[in-house]
Amino acid sequence: MTPLGGYLLIAVLMFAIGLAGALVRRNAILVLIGIELMLNSANLNFIAFWRYGPHPEALTGMMFAIFSIAVAAAEAAVGLGLVIAIYRHTHTTEIDKINRMKG
Amino acid sequence: MIDKADQIFVLLQHWLISFLPLALQQPAAVVIGVIGIISVFPAIFALTTVFERKGLGRIQNRLGPNRVGPFGFMQPLADAIKSLTKEDVVPSSANGPVHFLAPVGLVVAVFMGFAVLPVGRNMVLVDMDAGLLFFFAMGASTEVSVFMAGWSSRNKYSLLGAMRAVAQMISYEVVLLLSSVAVVMITGSLSLTKIVEAQNHYTGIFPHWYIFTPWGLAGFLMYAIAATAETNRSPFDLPEGESELVAGYHTEYSGFKFALFFLGEYLAMLSISGLGTTLFLGGWSAPFSFLTFIPSWFWFFSKLMLSIFVFIWMRGTLPRLRQDQLMNFAWKFVLPFTLLDLFVTALWRFMGEGILRWIVCSAILLAAYFVMGRVAMVRKHFGPRSYRYAE
Amino acid sequence: MTVVFYLIAALTVAGALAAVLLKNLVHCALAVTVAFGGLALLFLSLDAQFAGFVQILVYIGAVAILIVFAILLTRGSDVPKDGVFSPTWLTGVAIAAAVFAVIGWAVINSVNAIPQQAAVPHVTVHDIGIALVGPYVLPLEIVALLLTAATVGAVIVAMHEKGGSE
Repeated sequence: MTPLGGYLLIAVLMFAIGLAGALVRRNAILVLIGIELMLNSANLNFIAFWRYGPHPEALTGMMFAIFSIAVAAAEAAVGLGLVIAIYRHTHTTEIDKINRMKG
Repeated sequence: MIDKADQIFVLLQHWLISFLPLALQQPAAVVIGVIGIISVFPAIFALTTVFERKGLGRIQNRLGPNRVGPFGFMQPLADAIKSLTKEDVVPSSANGPVHFLAPVGLVVAVFMGFAVLPVGRNMVLVDMDAGLLFFFAMGASTEVSVFMAGWSSRNKYSLLGAMRAVAQMISYEVVLLLSSVAVVMITGSLSLTKIVEAQNHYTGIFPHWYIFTPWGLAGFLMYAIAATAETNRSPFDLPEGESELVAGYHTEYSGFKFALFFLGEYLAMLSISGLGTTLFLGGWSAPFSFLTFIPSWFWFFSKLMLSIFVFIWMRGTLPRLRQDQLMNFAWKFVLPFTLLDLFVTALWRFMGEGILRWIVCSAILLAAYFVMGRVAMVRKHFGPRSYRYAE
Repeated sequence: MTVVFYLIAALTVAGALAAVLLKNLVHCALAVTVAFGGLALLFLSLDAQFAGFVQILVYIGAVAILIVFAILLTRGSDVPKDGVFSPTWLTGVAIAAAVFAVIGWAVINSVNAIPQQAAVPHVTVHDIGIALVGPYVLPLEIVALLLTAATVGAVIVAMHEKGGSE
């Protein structure tokens, strides 16, 4: 197992845990936490390939990771604003209960 | 001889590690530096507590503590013994692990910030290329500990105090970062040692500290306001004001944990003053060119104590700001002014040397201050006083 | 691989697991903060200092605080009556396990074929700055626009409506 393989496996493990969290939990905020974990694992992937791949002086992986962090922060802000707005209407954050458009 | 006095701590460190085998010398050097930081800054903290109590006392026309030791200067010793031996009361409905880890997280994050401050020539623990970014990252980590402390106590006052403190800290953090970006723009590096070295030049006898430039003065004032708000010091200490919220987010802490919070808050004040000194006041460089024979670390600690004195002075003099006044102030005055300061810094950098850039930059900043600070903020005109009686 | 890598990896994975398994929402938020910290340490061990410190500053200093504020504003501190896991949790776990299996198999089988550079890349913040206003200036401006739009949008979405919806 090369060092790159180790980092990639950690990234995949975190991605799977984030995915499981987003699919299994009932609270909308935990779905967002799962999404953040998935984004973080993708960042780890980028940085690991930047470090161990060819041409790290081109800074491609690092740039991807930095922009990804910025975009993820913006998306977390908007997502949590949406959760708060939905809570004001339906007084619940459980995604099973927000089903008024069903059927 | 002068050089030896200046570098005395570095030479001491080299002498101590010369006793060890070569493989252990690098880790031992770092350990000695860490021991230096852990012993010096808490000692300054102890001195600061007694200065603060006596200083506040004198401003309020009373003596401060004067029983323990000569003029009360051994008071920190008495305080330490009291904190260590007091009973540690934890509320029964408090969240155990989180309640325990909150002060630990705070103190660890604050101590890490000291690692990049250059306290003297060649005297920085870790000379990082992105030193300023590391310092702000550690400052951001303290907010989570504040929230943990407030939430885990299961106390409405603690939670409210913690929420207010976190809201205040994130608002003023933006201001803190932006006012430091002006310094980075001129220096061209995030490394704190390079920032100090860029200020270590003299024209005639006057130093090239950034505070003596128009954008530097505005930046320093914004930084000072943001630093006071970040460390929850008066006049921004609503989250921990005794008359408002009992004691804010550290209401339910007693004994050693409270001492850790106290230590964390004052060390945060010291480290943010240290950063302000490094960025704007020239770090370890002497104020006049004929005073460079005095060791560099003496100048750093003098400027640090001067900043602490100004903090204590502000605490004793200014009234507390209400939460909405404080947030209004941050987002509607300080932040736009800091953005304007960034623009003025860029103008300064790209206009050539000479008197013109001084005039233009000062004029823009003064005009903006008068327009935004004096004209735009005056909205309320108080009418005649009205009385309401209980019916 | 070194002991340090195993320790940091264990901390990160433990934080991530705790974030999705714990019942109390605030504990989940604090656990994901630990996971973010562990990831920052992993970035530092990969010699990406700028990315590591930006991770701490943005994720721990801003996103974690946002999550905690949202939990408190939506009264998430009480445990719901019907349990915290949805009734179809087994399908979710199966999908996640399948994703892990497929990608993990792909990683293990192909990682030895990638030529790997062992020398430490010497990257200064100056290089990152030059890259940001050089080749990457267009993404920089677009991200600036995106952040402005996100700020305005988040404020509008979360604002109290005039007239209320009690």
